[in-house]
Amino acid sequence: MSATPATTASDAPALTASPAWNPNIVVFACNWCSYAGADTAGVSRIQHQPHFRTIRVMCSGRIHPGFVLRALQHGADGVLVSGCHFGDCHYMFGNHRAVEQFDRTKNLIRLLGLEEGRIRLEWISAAEGARFAQVINEFTEQIRTLGPTPLVRRHAPAEGREKGGDSATVR
Amino acid sequence: MTPSSAVVQAYKVQGHVSACYDCGKCTATCPIARAGGEHSPRRQVLATNMGQERELFRGDTLFHCLTCSLCDQRCPAQVGYTGLVQKLRETAYSEGAEPDCPHGGALQSLMRMMATGDTRQNRLEWLSADLKTEPGTGDVFYWTGCTMYFDALFPELQVETLNGTRSAVRLLNKLGIAPVVSGSERCCGHDLLWNGDRKNFELLAKHNTRLVAESGAKTVISSCAECVRTWRLDYEPFFPGKPPQILHLTEFLAQHAAELKPKADGRLRVTYQDPCRLCRHLGVCDPPRQVLKALPGVELVEMRHAGASATCCAGGTWSHCDRFAKRIQVERLREARATGADLLVTACPKCRIHLACAMKGPNLGREIGIEMRDIAELVDAALGGPPVRSKGAAALNKREGAHE
Repeated sequence: MSATPATTASDAPALTASPAWNPNIVVFACNWCSYAGADTAGVSRIQHQPHFRTIRVMCSGRIHPGFVLRALQHGADGVLVSGCHFGDCHYMFGNHRAVEQFDRTKNLIRLLGLEEGRIRLEWISAAEGARFAQVINEFTEQIRTLGPTPLVRRHAPAEGREKGGDSATVR
Repeated sequence: MTPSSAVVQAYKVQGHVSACYDCGKCTATCPIARAGGEHSPRRQVLATNMGQERELFRGDTLFHCLTCSLCDQRCPAQVGYTGLVQKLRETAYSEGAEPDCPHGGALQSLMRMMATGDTRQNRLEWLSADLKTEPGTGDVFYWTGCTMYFDALFPELQVETLNGTRSAVRLLNKLGIAPVVSGSERCCGHDLLWNGDRKNFELLAKHNTRLVAESGAKTVISSCAECVRTWRLDYEPFFPGKPPQILHLTEFLAQHAAELKPKADGRLRVTYQDPCRLCRHLGVCDPPRQVLKALPGVELVEMRHAGASATCCAGGTWSHCDRFAKRIQVERLREARATGADLLVTACPKCRIHLACAMKGPNLGREIGIEMRDIAELVDAALGGPPVRSKGAAALNKREGAHE
């Protein structure tokens, strides 16, 4: 994004094309299906939004609400949990556990007052590179619409929102 | 040798840490040590007095202490180990040491998000139509605490701590009070304080004290022993004006016992779990018993260790949980069962959660299972609220998750 000096006006790179803020998305991907699916997307050179970081876990069922909450606490704008389709879990029922865990996570997010669209659970298999790319693109767009996480203060609390008191932390 | 941190030094100077004469009564009393764990309050006090407390930060057990204060009950020199461990943790945390944080650190994350976040929480979904409350200003503020988060995080424990919250509001209504109940509450910060995270604790303290000050309330009532301890002892520097009176629900009910006029709801034998924060930290041991004795048809039988010697529920402020905590909980539940009581009555949602968790032990379920209720639910039932019926041992054996 660094500006190269333009010789003429038409050579000037479109600096206004990139917004000031890009979503910070954390993806928890299971080793056997989703992480491999992400790899398939890469190997197949499928273009997709880059604004995410992947954390590989052995099974989506490991994703305790605490993991998602910690990502959000540290400033993630969105968290995607991805595992194997039902019936395909390497550990038989891990993805069912993922659903149970995710249900608890959704309830906690709702209590906190965070938009439920900031977290998402998906099933992506190792062969589904295109699906991975599609989910990433959709989710990134969704987070772009929702905006930066309200948990990280970048400005004074907005009018109409709960009074923040002295706790502004500007990162 | 690095000098002690300011907070530890201040505690040493203002207190009696150096009065320790190494008698070891604290370790002999400590529930963790008695269960076989390696925790030694004596060793930690000794290290502090020799200026070597930073060795503790590298070790294992600084965040294992339950902070139950049983050692302080026995200490002949009034060293105040419980207060010291809180200061040591503050220093350790500021220097990078972190507790193990059970449950994936979910609780700490929630609290920290409430401390620094800018969201409008949905904390009041539990308020049913029959409960009368004020949203903004009033003389009495009912402090709900985080029971809604606990129920969402631990659905498999089936503790339904929110039933205690609802019963508490109903009881206040029956005494002619429509308390202020606010959706802008944030976690009281008790666990962050005891985990050493002073910065976020202070953010929560400032927010909450301002919230209550703005409501104009002169009295704050809560069903949670930890919230009450925090408000009464730890929030002192943060009140913007004159601090309100802080009461645990049982203190309030005991004061108004004459107005209650409870009716018998069948015959029930109960035993009572003293929360460590309520009895030992705050000295509130009698009011819950006065309330229970005022209920006709309810017979209170004390456990072997009750009142100031009561065993804590070993929750340890979410900083640590291990097999020793489970041993402590199992032992406590055995004591409860030994009383022959139908019901174990609690006055703190944490006690309820941690003891319920122990009951899910696969090999012991039948031996240690006992029904639990918050004391507010029991009083509510005696005043016409949802009845409390002990389903008895047969139903307990069929509890979800209990293995045969």
